[in-house]
Amino acid sequence: MSVDLFRIDDRLIHGQVVVGWGQPMGIEFIVLVDDEVRASEWEQELYRMGVPPSVSVIFANVEEAIVQLPSWQADERKGIVLTGDIDGMAALCAGANGTVTRVNLGGIHYRDGRKERLRYVYLGDEEAAKLRRLAEPGVEITAQDVPTGKPVPLAELLA
Amino acid sequence: MSEPLVGIILAHAEVAEALVSAVRAIAGGDHGLVPVSNAGCDRAAIQERLVAAVGGRPAVIFTDLPGGSCAVGAGGFARLRPDVRVVTGVNLPMLLDFAFHRERSAEEAAVRAVATGRAAVGGGGAGQ
Repeated sequence: MSVDLFRIDDRLIHGQVVVGWGQPMGIEFIVLVDDEVRASEWEQELYRMGVPPSVSVIFANVEEAIVQLPSWQADERKGIVLTGDIDGMAALCAGANGTVTRVNLGGIHYRDGRKERLRYVYLGDEEAAKLRRLAEPGVEITAQDVPTGKPVPLAELLA
Repeated sequence: MSEPLVGIILAHAEVAEALVSAVRAIAGGDHGLVPVSNAGCDRAAIQERLVAAVGGRPAVIFTDLPGGSCAVGAGGFARLRPDVRVVTGVNLPMLLDFAFHRERSAEEAAVRAVATGRAAVGGGGAGQ
């Protein structure tokens, strides 16, 4: 499988993704699954900025991502698939016929109604329940901001 | 220009505060520089911090990493503000120069900062 990381990160494409994960993993493509960015040329420009020319950036909405996921998984290059929220990743996993087996929580930051679980993961009760449901079919969910950080399994995160 | 520019430094972890601290140590005073960190922020929170730091004033936003959340956030903020410009790859020399050349438009100051910052990067070869 050449999608090496499925990541939920509310900063979308940023330093931790491009440098933190992208460099040591030798990433050659990044898929940003976000309906709003997919519909906005200027936002796509911003997110392309700073991604090295050797790394392709693909923008997709959730529907397109479900259709195109098998081709990314069959791609010879190594890639990262990113969503900005839990709902996006849950929809993608639901459409992926069980082929997404691991999901990384990279950043869900403070908002009203969310409780701190880790320095970079804040979750409301409903969001915690969504993650539990996402994990039910056997998807391994782990929080880890950067590769050198300690991976924290979902059960520990929600304990 | 009636009002001197403000310089917002929007950067990772404690970089912005450290840069302003260095400017103070070298030049004395803040010279219109305001540090902002992205720590703990999602995209919306970065926008809120920029709104609070810039207000309605003309400004140059200095960010550290091109393509990082700070640069992306600043780019989105400046898109609707013709009096705000963004410079990536902030370094101390460009900030020290900016500190004493704030009586101009944001665009002029940003172009000057890029030139000054680039000129300050050197070394690497033999004899440097």
